Amino acid sequence: MSVTDRNLDLGAPRSRRNRQRSNYELYAWVFMRVSGIVLVFLVLGHLFIMNILDGGVQRINFAFVAGRWSSPFWQAWDLIMLWLAMLHGTNGLRTIINDYAERDQTRFWLKMLLYVSSAFIILLGTLVIFTFDPNLG
Amino acid sequence: MATTPVGTLYRGGEGMWSWVAQRITGIAVFFFLYVHVLDTALVRVSPEAYDLVIATYKTPLVNLLEVGLVGAVLYHALNGLRVIAVDFWSRGPRYQRQMLWGIVAVWVLVMVPGTYFMLKHTVEALFGTTS
Repeated sequence: MSVTDRNLDLGAPRSRRNRQRSNYELYAWVFMRVSGIVLVFLVLGHLFIMNILDGGVQRINFAFVAGRWSSPFWQAWDLIMLWLAMLHGTNGLRTIINDYAERDQTRFWLKMLLYVSSAFIILLGTLVIFTFDPNLG
Repeated sequence: MATTPVGTLYRGGEGMWSWVAQRITGIAVFFFLYVHVLDTALVRVSPEAYDLVIATYKTPLVNLLEVGLVGAVLYHALNGLRVIAVDFWSRGPRYQRQMLWGIVAVWVLVMVPGTYFMLKHTVEALFGTTS
């Protein structure tokens, strides 16, 4: 075997694998930063209004929610906040599961559990915002 | 099963611990969010059911937990902005330590009055009016 043959062999590991390349992880990384900046305003604003302003949590009841959701502005605020926060949190937990669950089976099922419960919460929250009835009861 | 790693990649210091805290606060806030969407969904059941569950948020113990929640969210938000600065600002990595102490200072400055207003009613209810 000549030296030339050995050098040619080095090419193999660098060659592009057959597996389809995806930019999914890049998009997820960008999403965390973009959604994070939006959530800083939406969530801190929400916490300030609900917990600190005008008596804080003590004044919250059904009538308070009815008053807020009579406005499309607060409906839109809560809807965007729900979707961004849930997707941001789900992707965060996906990263943590990938980091710490070492067995393939464990990782797979933990992520399935995560995705199913997150989808349920997102759909439930969306349904509640869109179908809220102030005259209920 | 992977073999037990020898040694560790964790390097300690502000960089590692701010990252650990980002993960812990993120998990805590995310699990609260699940619960919070579920309790808010009770507005579709009945006003009484919603008001009954929301009443627990007004009890002294849960009120104290809310201060913890706000503190966790605020740290996660401020440190998230610091991470973005480290990623995108050319001098971000060089000043990451200073930025951490900067956000800790902002956190304290916001949490002191924030805690006062969040616990005002609870303290008055437990120990009588202070004013």
